[in-house]
Amino acid sequence: MSIDWNHFSAVHGLAGGALIGLASVLLILFHGRIAGISGILGGLIGGLLGGGSKPETLWRLAFVLGLLYAPLLYRRWDVVGPIHVEAGTGTLVAAGLLVGFGTRLAGGCTSGHGVCGLSRLSLRSLAAVAAFMGAGFVTVGVFRHLIA
Amino acid sequence: MRYVSVFLCGLLFGIGLIVSGMADPANVIGFLDLAGLWNPQLAMVMGGAVAVSLVGFALARRRTRPLLEGSEGAMHWPTATAIDRRLIGGSVLFGIGWGLAGFCPGPALVGVGLGSGDAVVFTVAMLAGMLLHRAVAHRV
Repeated sequence: MSIDWNHFSAVHGLAGGALIGLASVLLILFHGRIAGISGILGGLIGGLLGGGSKPETLWRLAFVLGLLYAPLLYRRWDVVGPIHVEAGTGTLVAAGLLVGFGTRLAGGCTSGHGVCGLSRLSLRSLAAVAAFMGAGFVTVGVFRHLIA
Repeated sequence: MRYVSVFLCGLLFGIGLIVSGMADPANVIGFLDLAGLWNPQLAMVMGGAVAVSLVGFALARRRTRPLLEGSEGAMHWPTATAIDRRLIGGSVLFGIGWGLAGFCPGPALVGVGLGSGDAVVFTVAMLAGMLLHRAVAHRV
């Protein structure tokens, strides 16, 4: 295996990860909620479609607005992006459908099962992380090296 | 006050995604591409995040109420423990989509904030996938 040293930055990874962890800790400590993005989005959709109380919908909306605003704020200090997307429109649509459906079925994604679940020492989340990372490795292997 | 604080949590989470490089799908694909030029960055991000959260969650575990939710507030810890077909099947579907595009839900939203058309397309499809799950949840 060869390492992509040109794009790897351990410092940025660890520092950014620490900020993600801190945000998750603050959300549970101050508000009693798990920072799982797919769960927050799923709950927000349910709330907007008429299920759940107004405060349940509003805190989720506030969190999502914070995520959306992050690059706009960060831009004042430093360059953000551009991001690099290889997938074409059709692939993006298929991928989005799979991620939306799959994360709701599994009850979490990289944040809810990954960061928060592993930090809670949840075996259920560890199984989820193993499954989605395994599927991710296989998918990239197949699409980049077998049929590309 | 409550919503401002939650907004700031979302903001900090998003800034973490940007600093970590995970807002860029190329870095995610780079991690998932074991057979190509491998970029271990995502492992560092998870390590940094879990190191902080392990300590913070252990402290939060001792609390019966969150700090900013008043006397009615509760700690909404997940209660599910089952490792079942839905958990594994859903995670596999998620992992396939993640590998195809390099986006998971958090970075997709940051990408929308960045004004990336690709992130918008992915996010609209992701929301449609969530709606689809909502519609058929009782049958899967």
